Amino acid sequence: MSTDVNVKLDALPGLDPNALPLEVKNLQVEFRTRNGIAHAVNGVSFDVRAGETRAILGESGCGKSVTAQAIMGILDSPPGFITGGEILYRGVDLLKLPEAQRRKVRANRIAMIFQDALSALNPVFTVGFQLAELFRKHRGMSRQDAKARAVELLDLVKIPAAKQRVNDYPHQFSGGMRQRVMIAMALALDPEVLIADEPTTALDVTVQAQIMALLAELQQERNMALVLITHDMGVVADVADRISVMYAGRVIEEAGVNDIYASPAHPYTKGLLESIPRLDLKGQELSAIKGLPPALTNIPPGCAFNPRCRYAQDVCRQNPGPPLYQVTPSRTSACHFWREVKGDE
Amino acid sequence: MSDLTSAGAAVGGAPVGGDGPTTEATTGGDGKERSASLWADARRQLVRDPVFVIAALYILVVGSMAAFPKLWTSQDPRACSTDRSRIGPSWEHPFGFDLLGCDYYAHAIYGARPSMVIAVMATSAIVIVGGLLGLLAGYYGGWVDTIISRVMDIFFSLPFLLGAIVFLTVIKRQNIWTITMVLFLLAWPTIARIIRGSVISSKDLDYVHAAKAVGARNSRLMFRHVLPNAIAPMLVYATIVLGSFVAAEATLTFLGVGLQPPAQSWGIMISAHQVYFLEDPWLLLFPCGLLIGTVLSFILMGDALRDALDPKFR
Amino acid sequence: MSDYVLETRDLVKHFPLTQGIVFKKQIGAVRAVDGVNLQLRRGETLGVVGESGCGKSTLARMLVGLETPTSGDLFVQGRNMAKVGAEERRRGRRNIQLVMQDPYTSLNPRMTVGDIIGEPFEVHPDVVPKGQRRRKVQELLELVGLNPEHINRYPHQFSGGQRQRIGIARALALNPEIILCDEPVSALDVSIQAQVINLLEKLQNELGLSYIFIAHDLSVVRHIADRVAVMYLGKIVEIGTEDEIYETPTHPYTQALLSAVPVPDPTLRGQRDQIVLTGDVPSPANPPSGCRFRTRCWKAQDICAEQEPLLEVRDKSGHPSACHFAEVRDVVHATE
Repeated sequence: MSTDVNVKLDALPGLDPNALPLEVKNLQVEFRTRNGIAHAVNGVSFDVRAGETRAILGESGCGKSVTAQAIMGILDSPPGFITGGEILYRGVDLLKLPEAQRRKVRANRIAMIFQDALSALNPVFTVGFQLAELFRKHRGMSRQDAKARAVELLDLVKIPAAKQRVNDYPHQFSGGMRQRVMIAMALALDPEVLIADEPTTALDVTVQAQIMALLAELQQERNMALVLITHDMGVVADVADRISVMYAGRVIEEAGVNDIYASPAHPYTKGLLESIPRLDLKGQELSAIKGLPPALTNIPPGCAFNPRCRYAQDVCRQNPGPPLYQVTPSRTSACHFWREVKGDE
Repeated sequence: MSDLTSAGAAVGGAPVGGDGPTTEATTGGDGKERSASLWADARRQLVRDPVFVIAALYILVVGSMAAFPKLWTSQDPRACSTDRSRIGPSWEHPFGFDLLGCDYYAHAIYGARPSMVIAVMATSAIVIVGGLLGLLAGYYGGWVDTIISRVMDIFFSLPFLLGAIVFLTVIKRQNIWTITMVLFLLAWPTIARIIRGSVISSKDLDYVHAAKAVGARNSRLMFRHVLPNAIAPMLVYATIVLGSFVAAEATLTFLGVGLQPPAQSWGIMISAHQVYFLEDPWLLLFPCGLLIGTVLSFILMGDALRDALDPKFR
Repeated sequence: MSDYVLETRDLVKHFPLTQGIVFKKQIGAVRAVDGVNLQLRRGETLGVVGESGCGKSTLARMLVGLETPTSGDLFVQGRNMAKVGAEERRRGRRNIQLVMQDPYTSLNPRMTVGDIIGEPFEVHPDVVPKGQRRRKVQELLELVGLNPEHINRYPHQFSGGQRQRIGIARALALNPEIILCDEPVSALDVSIQAQVINLLEKLQNELGLSYIFIAHDLSVVRHIADRVAVMYLGKIVEIGTEDEIYETPTHPYTQALLSAVPVPDPTLRGQRDQIVLTGDVPSPANPPSGCRFRTRCWKAQDICAEQEPLLEVRDKSGHPSACHFAEVRDVVHATE
């Protein structure tokens, strides 16, 4: 689908077709609230290759969703502000582009799906109209062509009887079907990068399995880069290629999926793995991570995890916090004692 | 090490509660003891709101006029002499004299009482009766709700002013009690409807179910868990209603179906002197000013309360 | 009467569907729970799993008395709660207490922690004499791992995990025999979940409690439950010990459910038996004839539409399963 929009995007200054579809460097986001400045994202870096799935794993409040919102330009501002870093699409820093161009890149090349499909879809228009609107607005299609494309898309995401259902309103779909509609909308303009923010958290397991299978299939078909934001270690193990684990607004560990699960190199990752029950294990001991994640307005000095960490020493409480140590050429950990953590597995 | 993880091992001999205060316990409050409740927060915001403070002071003044008129004037409003008719304001008689040559300032002071008494009584009545009926209708639903709601609809359909005029003309006895009655009858459905809505939205809250699961009776559920959610909107509405009842009393009196002379009220002052506005405007301006000030103060207080009690405006 | 602390027989809850405002006319019923038989033994944990709309929440609400059964019996310690009067039912609730899902909505924000945990004592004044209630509340706070000095704080001053502990303390106040946990950890963060699960296990060991643990997370249920019941569209389709359900499931729905749960181990990727179900759960207002799962089942035959399969032992796996074609299939482990 090489339309004039793509031609225009090719004209972006510094666009390098061989560069990665998405690269985030040292991103910083803060929320200026009445209770002080909440440091939601403190220097997050990650990238994702075409056809690859990058998982961003973390608990609520770790900054994973804010990172996604910053990339998509849907950060609530104020109170949220991007205070530093770069968001690169094929080598072009989106944050430095003029607003109009930036919007064009985001609309056409990077798409996002959300946890709550019902609130992400407009309740007063049929899904067919909402899909067709995308084609008419961004591709300049006629009403009829756009409608036909909308049906094709619903077919693509395996909604039964797409031809009839295209005239239904969002509330007439079940939770799983609604998620499919949202995926269809996200894929409408053939994005190169899809960001999925907790796409299956609100769904039942059997439906989750359907949606994850659909996403994997579509990703493979289109060689799309997928950024999967989630707290679910099971889903990550099933689909991710590389993982960034976030805690208190930082990436504290980054590695390939097998490395992380086999030998975590950060005490937080390790604690998470030890604290989740597994379906296939009987009589498993759960060891909880003590304490709570810090308030983002009041992140402890040094390593943010140190008050909950069983490896913590004096050095962990001192600023600056631990740098990202290179554990192997392909993985990093932000822990002074990554050797001990990894070794005593 | 989490003491919760070790709890498993400690089970054998540990007495109940033996594993001590723990893990998260220290972090929750975060040291900063934040505001205790909605009401404490609201109070703090209200005393810092100049509009609210001024309005409240004004109401305090009018209230004390109504309660202790002797505090404000030593004159007898009934000591009249026609040779002083319509003499303008002077130092000793700041509001001058009215048509019958009575001290107008004393009349204004003593005139606060009926307005305030009617407003307070009628408002209390609608809060109690309307509140209770709204609570019952919302909490029990079903046929209780159907009956109460239909009765409410009937009263709603009566136009306020016309209804009041008709009622008062028909009963032919126009005093503080009958006016209070009429205002109450025509206004209770609004507050009942407010309470009913708030009760319906809060009776299915998780914590109400939790109390029910413990075995709490309906009375406890209603008054402890459900009604407190309705207090804030009820208070706001009641404050504004106080103002509109003061105005309503004056309106009915002005139209001749409210209080009758020799009773004293702001409404009577206005109606008695309406024809002299062009010659002696102060005869109208003083009672009108007091009246508007009172009504406005109540409404501003209601607005400030609404903002203070609504967390979304913080 | 029996060694069961709780037992249900053919428990049914239908919600009537009505039409019209003034003259209501029943046009059907949502069969939320449609004949459930459960037994809970002293000191055991019975897990109830199923997807949204399977009726597990309605079942929970009936067990704790928030909903009156349409028909059937509910025995709590031998007393049939479905048949006794309102006052006795109210008092009987003392023996079965509830821990709710959402720690943010289940505590009254206008009450202090002390008032919340102490409320059961006011409702049942004979449990603890008035003068000792405050001390008892502090003991409960300590029991669930909270600082007893925080008795005068309000719920919003606590984190989600701490609030869930407050909810647990409230449930323990009346020394109940049975605690019904309705998705007690699903609203919590992963690292906090384990703290609460460990607390529940600790309390069970110390106080000899019996749990009914309702959840959609099959991994959590496996961890905590001794026996597990799987629900689908208002009925139990399979019930057995934790081992029987997870190692030798025989009902196709159980198998599909288990196979859909991702396991946090990337080396198992693609190694497990994956059953991806098609379609959605049918409406409980109009369930399919015969076996309710047949519309999504890959084994369905004519008999499934004609004859409802009973929940009974059919094969050598030794536990009841409501499928005409029950047969063991391991979907949890790698199959190589």
